[in-house]
Amino acid sequence: MNIWLIMLIGGLITFGMRFSLIFLFGKFQIPETMRKALHYVPPAVLSAIIFPELFYRSSQLDFSLGNTRLLAGMVAILVAWFSKNTLFTILAGMIALFLLQVLIGA
Amino acid sequence: MNEARKTFWDGVRAEIPLLIGVFPFGVIYGVLALNAGLSQAASQMMSSMIFAGSAQFITAQLVSESAPAMVIILTIAVVNLRHMLYSASLAPYLKSLPIKWKVLLSYLLTDEAYAPSILQYEKEGVRPVSHWFLLGAGCALWSTWQISTAFGIFLGTSIPENWHLDFALALTFIAMVVPALKNRPMVAAAISAGVVSLFAYSLPFKLGLIFAALTGIVIGTILEGQKSLAGAR
Repeated sequence: MNIWLIMLIGGLITFGMRFSLIFLFGKFQIPETMRKALHYVPPAVLSAIIFPELFYRSSQLDFSLGNTRLLAGMVAILVAWFSKNTLFTILAGMIALFLLQVLIGA
Repeated sequence: MNEARKTFWDGVRAEIPLLIGVFPFGVIYGVLALNAGLSQAASQMMSSMIFAGSAQFITAQLVSESAPAMVIILTIAVVNLRHMLYSASLAPYLKSLPIKWKVLLSYLLTDEAYAPSILQYEKEGVRPVSHWFLLGAGCALWSTWQISTAFGIFLGTSIPENWHLDFALALTFIAMVVPALKNRPMVAAAISAGVVSLFAYSLPFKLGLIFAALTGIVIGTILEGQKSLAGAR
């Protein structure tokens, strides 16, 4: 199959998922439990993306002090907690990663 | 109308910190898609036809491995399943909009447009101009994504790996999650999802991500239920 056709179908499926429940909302009532559950979508999804980014090094779990991304991530978590500022958090994490790599030489 | 325009720009402003993480991600996508053997036109157009970062990276990877078309399409569908959760989450705030608006905002509904918008809606509730916020955030992200993709295609040759620009995206997500951890159910949802994601990481097609997220959502919801029971006593 042609790459353009793959992208077209993939794009339509992606759009369909984004549109699905926005479109269907008027047609049925979302149960209270589901409404509650949806508040936990952002922290759950984002943590599920973040954790592997920090703990996996070339498809291996790495809990060691040589894992610079894990350490830099910890710095970013602390900065995020105290500053609640996105820009500071990113800068602190990137600077920490840079310094750790210079120090550890990874 | 002024109120609408102001809300649109509020959305753009809320999106700006995220764009710092998105821009390098888009550049890297452009570079990788080209290296995977996609034409310049296809690499660029994927950013508007699919418009979903991780799905685009995986598509480029699978194309370079000459994976069958059905596998690629199924993978895109599975990786983007989470957008149904976003769709359900935003639906109550968009329910009274005309269908044209729903189509437009659905097209723009990515992780990075969803996050600031849901925070805003939960804080402010529904106002007649609420949808302009999501439009602003979505348009800011969309244009940045197109421009950064073009930039990556233009660079073409590989970016030095020791820049680690991709890490900026993980840091962006950290900046979004951590301030939201205000109570025990939220913390439990985040940590349980994270831990499960580590164990489920090797599952194919990013299913681990979906499984981990569902675990976190269930645990958070159960703990919140217990808390309100205890409060009622």
